[in-house]
Amino acid sequence: MPVSKLKVADVELELFDSGQGSGRPILFLHGGGGFDQRQPFVAPLSEKRRVVAPSHPGFGKSSLPDWLDSVDDIAHLYLELMDHLKFDRADLVGCSLGGWIAAEMATKVPERFSRLVLVGPVGVKVGPPDRLDIPDVFAKPEAEVAKLIYHDPERMKPDTSKMSDDELSAMFRARETLALLTWEPWMHNPKLKRRLHRVTAPALFIRGESDGLVSQAYLDAYAGLLPNARTQTMAAAGHVPQLEQPAVFTAAVLKFLGE
Amino acid sequence: MRAWHFSETAYPFLPPADSYPSIRVSLPNRIYDPAKGAALYDRYIDEWLVAEDEGVEIMLNEHHQTATCVDPAAPLMLAALARLSKKARLLILGNPIANRRQPMRVAEEMAMVDVLSHGRLEAGFVRGVPYEVLPANSNPVRMNERHWEALDLIVKCWTNHDGPFSHEGRFFHHRSINIWPRPIQQPHPPIWVSSTSPGGAAQVGAHGYIQATFLTGFDNTKRIFESYRRGWREAGRGQDVPVDRLAYAALVYVGDTEARARDGAEKLLWYVTANKVPLHFSNPPGYVPVAMNVQLAKGAHNVVSVTGTKQATVDGAVEAGTMFAGTPDQVLAQIKKHWYHVGGYGNLLIMGQAGFLEHDDTVHGIRMFAREVYPRLKELFPDTTISGVTEPVNAAAS
Repeated sequence: MPVSKLKVADVELELFDSGQGSGRPILFLHGGGGFDQRQPFVAPLSEKRRVVAPSHPGFGKSSLPDWLDSVDDIAHLYLELMDHLKFDRADLVGCSLGGWIAAEMATKVPERFSRLVLVGPVGVKVGPPDRLDIPDVFAKPEAEVAKLIYHDPERMKPDTSKMSDDELSAMFRARETLALLTWEPWMHNPKLKRRLHRVTAPALFIRGESDGLVSQAYLDAYAGLLPNARTQTMAAAGHVPQLEQPAVFTAAVLKFLGE
Repeated sequence: MRAWHFSETAYPFLPPADSYPSIRVSLPNRIYDPAKGAALYDRYIDEWLVAEDEGVEIMLNEHHQTATCVDPAAPLMLAALARLSKKARLLILGNPIANRRQPMRVAEEMAMVDVLSHGRLEAGFVRGVPYEVLPANSNPVRMNERHWEALDLIVKCWTNHDGPFSHEGRFFHHRSINIWPRPIQQPHPPIWVSSTSPGGAAQVGAHGYIQATFLTGFDNTKRIFESYRRGWREAGRGQDVPVDRLAYAALVYVGDTEARARDGAEKLLWYVTANKVPLHFSNPPGYVPVAMNVQLAKGAHNVVSVTGTKQATVDGAVEAGTMFAGTPDQVLAQIKKHWYHVGGYGNLLIMGQAGFLEHDDTVHGIRMFAREVYPRLKELFPDTTISGVTEPVNAAAS
């Protein structure tokens, strides 16, 4: 499937475009682990709908200009990307960090998004000041983080001994960019929750039942900030249900977007 | 050659190491007994003043949330030393300016200490070890860029004397900068920067600041100093780099007998062996380049931690050039070997106290060095020596 480079503002974006499917295009925004067209939900989703998935600046092969350091920067960049692609309207699907980017985009121009799916999204602060809403993944051992991310860490966690140098580079670069974007305030924009009421499009908030990063209470509170949102829990999945339960995930997304 | 007594003001009274995952960042401070801590501060300050009496200069540093170095606000200790000492140069190495929110405030603190000490400040700046980013909540990505913007701004704070100026940079913003007091030393106190990477050292060389490197042994130190000289020359500072621009920090213990020296050196190793830090603290994202993380993932030696290596033994550390220990003759020979191998340096930063090295033994080590080794080093390696001399021609001449 076609992956190309597209220059938006001064960022060289690596862009996956399935180029197939009918109806409104889906703009898919990946999470902190990055996008790879071999991920198991990509093919089934692309069979039904046109899926466009940029690698965020500093992820995959997308460049990271020195001025770019926030999720808000990326949200603006992707609105410009939609102009380049001549997408007047699109459906947004965003996972984790990508869910935060999607939420920021939707608050800026709510009229350009027909439906939103946010999967284990971060981006708001809903709990008390003396407790992190999202656990600090940079202050925990790798094995412990894997348990928070995956329902079945033994099956899912990446085996670095089998990765190529390119894949290792992409993994460490993704981790670095994730830190750049989310370090402070930790995993959120304090202003976002004062803006989400503008997002009137139907929204689906998905959470894997074993997600150790995004709690059910967090998801419920986040969804409650949008006037037209509902939630769905996926069994036998953690923070990345699109990878652990791709068939269930794809079916749920297509069903919701097709409503 | 100038020698500096460096103490991390450690708090060594800890439970067994297997009862906690990290000596840094997360070790609960209920373990710290403030009464014992006060006695330790008294003692460590006394040791600095012994060093001064012996003609050795004073050096201190700053770390946070750790038992290895209970000096989280080094300018405060520096201010105390400015009043308690009389003649020693006072080196802070250093201010972790990539983790400080206001460079202007750091410029003020340093100017104040320079005035308090009547011009004895040596102002050092460090990027900071990786375990500092969490205590400072400081983004580990783009630290180097923040460090240099902050340092350039601090120099401007010290050297601008014509009323307020503004700074609207990439990381720092001030609308009205006009510090009081200004430093005594003109145009500003000597500037030191620590770096353990060749890329960083070239940048320090380009600025002409004093380059310090810690526990980097033989070949790494040589590489770092070569990079410094390259940066110096490429910036048009001339062909010759005087040794007084370069500094090396090692664990040093001199005893009057081999047995006493060995005993002191073993205790000094606490500095290395007690530094129990898990990988998620010692290698936060963005601290080292992606390419180095790829090498680490493939099994390369982790350069950010020497714990568990052969340097955790006295013989191994001496062989690696991270420790100079023994009788005066032995230590002199070790330093000479290292000095020539790396191309020379004009500053020896002596990590002369650690862990359970008691006061009397610490003082013994300081005095033995100052009286039996230091004069011979000064004679062998005058400050005007040009660095990069790898053959011991100077030694033959002397």
